[in-house]
Amino acid sequence: MPRLPALLIAAAHIQPGEAAGFLTGLLHPISGLDHVLAMIAVGVWGAQLGPPAVWLLPVTFPMVMAFGGTVGLMGVALPGVEVGIAISALVLGVLVLAEARPPLAVAVLLVGFFAIFHGHAHGTELPQGQSGLLYSIGFVVATGCLHALGIALGLIHRWSSGRVALRAAGAMVALAGLGFLVRALA
Amino acid sequence: MRTAVGAALVALFLLPEEARAHLVTTGLGPVYDGISHFALTPEDLLPVLALALLAGLSGPRYGRVALFALPVAWLAGGLLGLSRSSELLMPALTALTLLALGALVALDRKLPLGLVAGLAAALGLFHGYLNGTAKLGALGLCGVAATLFVLVALVAAFVISLRAPWSRIAVRVAGSWLVAISMLMLGWRFRAGG
Repeated sequence: MPRLPALLIAAAHIQPGEAAGFLTGLLHPISGLDHVLAMIAVGVWGAQLGPPAVWLLPVTFPMVMAFGGTVGLMGVALPGVEVGIAISALVLGVLVLAEARPPLAVAVLLVGFFAIFHGHAHGTELPQGQSGLLYSIGFVVATGCLHALGIALGLIHRWSSGRVALRAAGAMVALAGLGFLVRALA
Repeated sequence: MRTAVGAALVALFLLPEEARAHLVTTGLGPVYDGISHFALTPEDLLPVLALALLAGLSGPRYGRVALFALPVAWLAGGLLGLSRSSELLMPALTALTLLALGALVALDRKLPLGLVAGLAAALGLFHGYLNGTAKLGALGLCGVAATLFVLVALVAAFVISLRAPWSRIAVRVAGSWLVAISMLMLGWRFRAGG
């Protein structure tokens, strides 16, 4: 009796492209300023909001982003991805600027919503022939480090001059988001 | 309808695929191949880390159970797998394992001791079996089991030793990263045109 049809003999005992996969994944989230600013802004906003948002937002973002990336990898189209990414930078910048304090559920939903666009863009841009697992590890680690950077920057929120600096940074992120939006719509 | 959906899920997640790349040899012999296995095979390393984090978060009793259940089950599964004639890979199921363990770490809920022991045994049997089919060999499996013991001991003990509230949160964040990685693994598995 034949075995399951997809069960085949091992073809090779090598793992090609692993370092390239990890490094490509690590570099991918920081290859676009729109992604970088949005992810750092998530960390900064979380720091402004304080616990539990300070860790809940950076936990939500990678998981929902990975879901978006999975959807992108599977070839499911999502309209307006670039516009969504630009709006995410714009809105997150405004939220940091305003030191907005919505209910926690709203903050989580908002960050999760934006993460889908970022993830989908990454998912559809992933190069063929890389080690999927190592790429994913690099990708998630880089994203998490950007959030951590945002949180670290946000720690200056405890000082009044730090709060002003963070709001100024939020204004710059919002302006950059506006620029991304104009470019995406052009 | 339910049968069709069930069959589709089985086809998507449980059917094995062609082994394109799995076992890496060091050239130093089977024991060292086993010892270095986790450094070269992240698809085995990540679920082990997830389980060790979970056991550490749950407390010393859970850590002790995982410390012994996982290597023993891994060894048993590996010895079972050695009798197979061809290498078996189940990347989607491996990703789902990681997804479940990462989610449990991220949620940080108190779990029954028996459940954690069962998870350790199931993880060990499943991944050990896959290692066995990859012809790691009995000596290699012993190397794997020894490394597992040390790995789980170090990670679980480290997590148990954490006292600051933020450090427990950091472990939960690591769990969320594992969930994200597992979801991307699934995406790669079902990549359009891939």
